Amino acid sequence: MATKVIMPQLGESVVEGTITKWLKAEGEPVSEFDPLLEINTDKVDTEVPSPAGGTLLKVYVPEGQTVRAGTLLAMVGKPGESLPVEAPAPAEAPARAVESKPAATVEPKSAGKPARETGFISPVVARIAAEHDVDLTKITGTGQGGRVTRKDVLAFVEKRAPAAVAPWDTPSLGELFRPSEEVFGPQGTTAAKEAPSEAPATPGTILPLSVVRKAIADHMVRSRHTSPHVTTVMEADLSRVVAHRLANKDAFARDGVNLTFTTYFVSACVAALKAVPLANASWTDEGIHLHRQVNIGVAVSMGEQGLIVPVIKDSDQKSLLALARALNDLSGRARGHQLKPDEVQGGTFTITNHGVSGSLFATPIINQPQCAILGVGAIQKRVVVVEAPSPAGGAADVIAIRPMVYLTLTFDHRILDGAIADAFLGKVVSTLQAWA
Amino acid sequence: MAEITLIEGIRQAMDEELAHDDRVFIVGEDVGPRGGVFRATLGLHEKYGGSRVIDSPLAELSIVGVGIGAALYGMRPICEIQFADFILPAFNQIVNEAAKMCYRSNGEWTVPMVIRAPYGGGIGGGLYHSQSVEAFFAHVPGLKVVIPSNPYDAKGLLKSAVRDPNPVMYFEPKKGYRLIKGEVPDGEEILVPIGQAKVTRPGSDLTVFAYGMMHQYAIQAAEAAAADGVEAEVVDLRTLLPLDKATLLASVRKTGKALIVHEDTRTGGFGAEIAAILAEEAFTDLDAPVRRLTGPDVPAVPFSHPLQDWFMPNPEKIAAAIRELAAY
Amino acid sequence: MANRDRVLDPVKESAKSKPGSRRGEATPVGKDQLLEMYQVMLLARRLDERAWVLHRQGKIAFHISGIGQEAAQVGAAFALRRGTDWFAPYYRDLALMLSLGLTPREFVLGLMGKQGEPSSGARQMPSHWSLKRAKVVSQSSPVATQAPHASGIALGIKMRGDDAVVLTTIGEGSTSQGEWYEAVNWAAVHKLPVIFMVENNVYAISVRQDLQMAVLHSSDKAAGLGLPGDSVDGLDVLEVYRAVEAAAARARAGEGPTVIEARVSRMTPHSSDDDDRSYRPREEVEAMKAHDPLVLFRDRLIKEKTLTAESDREFETRAKEQVDEAVAFAVAAPYPPVADGAYPVYVEDVRRG
Repeated sequence: MATKVIMPQLGESVVEGTITKWLKAEGEPVSEFDPLLEINTDKVDTEVPSPAGGTLLKVYVPEGQTVRAGTLLAMVGKPGESLPVEAPAPAEAPARAVESKPAATVEPKSAGKPARETGFISPVVARIAAEHDVDLTKITGTGQGGRVTRKDVLAFVEKRAPAAVAPWDTPSLGELFRPSEEVFGPQGTTAAKEAPSEAPATPGTILPLSVVRKAIADHMVRSRHTSPHVTTVMEADLSRVVAHRLANKDAFARDGVNLTFTTYFVSACVAALKAVPLANASWTDEGIHLHRQVNIGVAVSMGEQGLIVPVIKDSDQKSLLALARALNDLSGRARGHQLKPDEVQGGTFTITNHGVSGSLFATPIINQPQCAILGVGAIQKRVVVVEAPSPAGGAADVIAIRPMVYLTLTFDHRILDGAIADAFLGKVVSTLQAWA
Repeated sequence: MAEITLIEGIRQAMDEELAHDDRVFIVGEDVGPRGGVFRATLGLHEKYGGSRVIDSPLAELSIVGVGIGAALYGMRPICEIQFADFILPAFNQIVNEAAKMCYRSNGEWTVPMVIRAPYGGGIGGGLYHSQSVEAFFAHVPGLKVVIPSNPYDAKGLLKSAVRDPNPVMYFEPKKGYRLIKGEVPDGEEILVPIGQAKVTRPGSDLTVFAYGMMHQYAIQAAEAAAADGVEAEVVDLRTLLPLDKATLLASVRKTGKALIVHEDTRTGGFGAEIAAILAEEAFTDLDAPVRRLTGPDVPAVPFSHPLQDWFMPNPEKIAAAIRELAAY
Repeated sequence: MANRDRVLDPVKESAKSKPGSRRGEATPVGKDQLLEMYQVMLLARRLDERAWVLHRQGKIAFHISGIGQEAAQVGAAFALRRGTDWFAPYYRDLALMLSLGLTPREFVLGLMGKQGEPSSGARQMPSHWSLKRAKVVSQSSPVATQAPHASGIALGIKMRGDDAVVLTTIGEGSTSQGEWYEAVNWAAVHKLPVIFMVENNVYAISVRQDLQMAVLHSSDKAAGLGLPGDSVDGLDVLEVYRAVEAAAARARAGEGPTVIEARVSRMTPHSSDDDDRSYRPREEVEAMKAHDPLVLFRDRLIKEKTLTAESDREFETRAKEQVDEAVAFAVAAPYPPVADGAYPVYVEDVRRG
C-alpha cells in the first residue's frame, strides 16, 4: 500500500507551507528518511524526509504552491501500485478544491446509492453525520447487517475530534508526520474541507470554539432568525423593594439565604405571567402553546466561559424565601458547573440581570422557544419628580431621589402585540412599586 | 433504616397521613377490621376508628362518587378499589366527575382524592383479578396517574398523592406487594414528587422504560444483559400522568434506543404514548425503531399457569428484547 | 301498556288529598317571605320564557326549561338554611338557583356562553349549575352523577360534626340509574343528613314514568332502601316547603336521609331541541296550564290578601326589567378569551387574581 506524503505543521499557529523544491522526480526511487522535498513556512525552512522507502509514484502539488498543513503532497510506494481515487487538494485555493472534487465523488454523492456500504441509516446517525460532515461509507458498521450504528459514528467522530477542535496543539512532539496524519485523519485531504471563507482576512489568532461558545452562538443566531424581536422599555421605582429587602435580608440570612434583588424581579414576573398568561407561551405551528407551569430562567454569567440559564421550576408555587433559596442554589452551582441537565431545561420565561455589570438597559435575545425575556438594568439613584402632599393642601410636584431601574421586555411579536407586552411589563413595574 | 415490603410502605403512608391531617379518611370494601383483602389498611381501623376507616357497601361507583362529594366538602378521601378490574363501574364518576371538576367549574370546585387500586397479573388471578387499567386513566386530562415500583416510592408517592389537590389514581403492583422489599428510613417524612420519572440504572446502549412490577423485572433483565456487555439504562416512569417527558427524552437522547415494557395489553397501551412522544420529539436521536414488550392483545390474563406465563412479560423476555435491540 | 293508567298525573294527583298530606295546614312562613318566594317564582318563569324566545330568535344555542317546576324548587330552597346548607341540583333548577342567589345576569351569561358566567366560565352548556358562594356544587350532563356527591358531602358534614344538610334534586327518570340507588343506600346506611328530592314531571325526555319504574311514586323506592319516602304536591310551594323542612329537621337530628317526590308539571318540551307533540297529547299540556303553579300561588296570595293586584303588576314590571337588563348585559358582554380553553385542567393551573 502506498504511503502518503503530507505537508507537515511546523509550529504553533503555522497553518500552511510552500513547496520550494521537489528533490525527487516522479518515478525515482527513494529511501525512507531520504530528503524528498524542501518547504518553506512562516517560521521554518526545511527538508521533508520521505515517510517510506520505494518509488515516488505521484506528485500532487507542484513547486511554488502554498498549501495547508495536512495536505497530501505525494505518494510513495511500489511501482505500478494503484493510488487513491480521490484527487488531492491543491490547497492554495481549498474552496475550489472542494468544488473540484465532484469529478471523483459524483457516484457516492448521488442520492440513489447512500446505503451502498452503510446499510440502513437511522435518524440519529444521519443527524450526527450531517453535523460532523462524516462520509458514512468510510465507517465499518457493527450493527445488524453491517449497519452503521450511533455508537459507530460517534466513535468515528471522537477519533478525529481533536482535529476539529485544536489542530495546531500537537505539533511539537518531534514526530512531524504522525501527528499531522492523526490530526487530519486517514484521508489526508481533510484540510481541503476546512472552509477557507471563514478564515479571517487580517492576520490574527483563532480562538478555538468551546462547546458552550458554539451552543450560545447557534442559539443566538437561531433565535434572531426565529422570532421577530421587539423591545419595550419602562422604568420602576424600587423604593419599596429596597426597603423590604433591607428589612428582611437579615432574617433571610439567618435561614442561610442571600436575598438578592433578582428574587424580587422573579417574583414580579410571576405576578405578571399570571396576569398575562400569553407571555408564558411558545409559538408552534399548531398554535400558541400556553405553558401550564411558570418556569422562570435566570441568566447566570460564567465569565469567559459564557453564560447559562438555570430554571426555577414552578416559580409560581414558591414563596419569596423559596425563590431566593432556589436562585442562590442554582446560580451557585451554575458558576461551579454543577447544574444537572434538567435544571437548564423547561424554562417558559427568562430574566437577564445585565445591570450587575453596569448596563442601564439592553435588548437581550429571546431564549427560544420562549416568548419573551426581561432585561433588568442597573439600579441607580436618580432624581425624579413625584407628587407629595402640599402644605397648602392637595398635591405638589417635588424633586426626590429614588432608586430607579430600567426594565426592558424583548418579546416575540408573533405572539405578543405591543399593548399586551406593555401590559405585562406594566404589571412587573406596578408589582415592584407596590411591594409590601 | 428498615427493610420493608411495598405494601408496608403503602400502609405506613396511610397511617402517617391519617395522623397528619384529620380530613384524611379511608373508604372501601373490607378496609375496616379486616384491614383490606391484601392487608394494606391493617390496624388502621383499630387505631383511627370506624368513622375514618370506613367499610363501604359493596359498590365501587359510590365508593368513588361518595369520595368525590366528601372531597368537594373539603375532606381528603383515600378510596380503595379492591382490584383494579373492579374499577370500571366507577369509570363514569372518575372520568366525567373527578377529572373534569376543576375544569368545568373554572377552578371553583376541586377533588383532592386518591383512588388506590391493586393491579397486574402473575398472581393466578385470571381475567378479573389481573388486569392493568392504567392506560384508560392516563388518557384523561385532570387525573394524575401514579404507579410505584418499590417500598420507598410507594410510601412517598402515596403521601404526596394524599396531599395533592387533584384526583390521583394510585395503582399498586400487587404481585410485588410482598415480593418487593427495600430500605425506607424510619421517622423521616418521605414525599416523592408526582410527575418525576427516575433513572434507576444508568446505561449507554439503550433505555428501558417501565413502571410497577415491570420495572423490577426490567432491572433484573438489565443486570442479566450486562453480563453480556450490554448496558441498558432503566427509567422508572413512576408517574404516567402528567408524564415527565424531559427525563424520557434526555435518556433516549443519550442512548438512541428505547424499549418500553408494560404488562397491559399492547394496542393503545401506555407504551404507544411513549413511542409517539419519542417519534415526535426525539426522531433525530433514534438509532433504532422504538420497541414495545407488552402483554398480548387478548382480553385479559388467563388463569391456567402455562397460559398466564405465556401472557406475562418476565425478566427473561425483557432481557431477550434488550439484547435484540442492543444488536440492532 | 296496562301500567299506563297507573302513571301518576301531577294535575290529578294534586287535586287529591293523599294520606299524610299537609294540605290545609297553617302557612309556615310570614308574609314577607311568601312575597319573596312568589317573586322568585315569577322571575324564574319570565327568565325561562325569555330563554325560549332568545332561542327561537337564534340568539342562543340551547335551553332546558324548568317551567312548571318552580314551586317545588322555591319551596325546597326556602325551607333550608341558605348559605349554610349544601346543594347538588339538576338542570331544571333555575328557580332553585335564583332562590340561592344566582342573578339573572349570570343566568343569561350562561345561556350565551359569555365571560363571567359563574358556573364554569362558559365551559359547560347552560343550566349546568355551580355556585360556590351558595354551596352549590358543579354538575355534569350524565344524569344522577350528583346523587353520590350529595351523600359524600353529607358524609363530610357528619364526619366534621357540622350543622348542615344537603339537598340533591333529580328527575324521576334518572332515579332509574344505579348511581341514584347507590347514593341513597349509602346515605341510609350511614344515616347521612341528605334530602333526595325527585322532581317527578312524568317524562324522561319522551319516555313516560311507567317505562321507568313499577312503583306509583318514585319516593316508594325508599321503602326498599330503609329510609322514609314522601310524595307531595309539587305544584304547591308550601306543601314542598313543609316536606323539605321536616326532612331537614330529621337530618339535623341525626335521623338520616329522606326521599321526597315532588309531583310537578313539565309544561314545555324537554329542551329547545325537542318537540313534545310527537309523544304527548296537547290536552295534557293544556290541563297543566290550567294548574300552573305560579298562577295557583298568586291566586292563593291574593285570596289571602297577602298580595294585591297592584303589587303583582309591580312585581311583573320589575321581573321584566330584570330580564331585559340581564339580556342587554349579556349581549354586550365579551366571550371568554380563547386562551381560557386550556385552563384549568389541574388545580395548579387555577389562576389566582
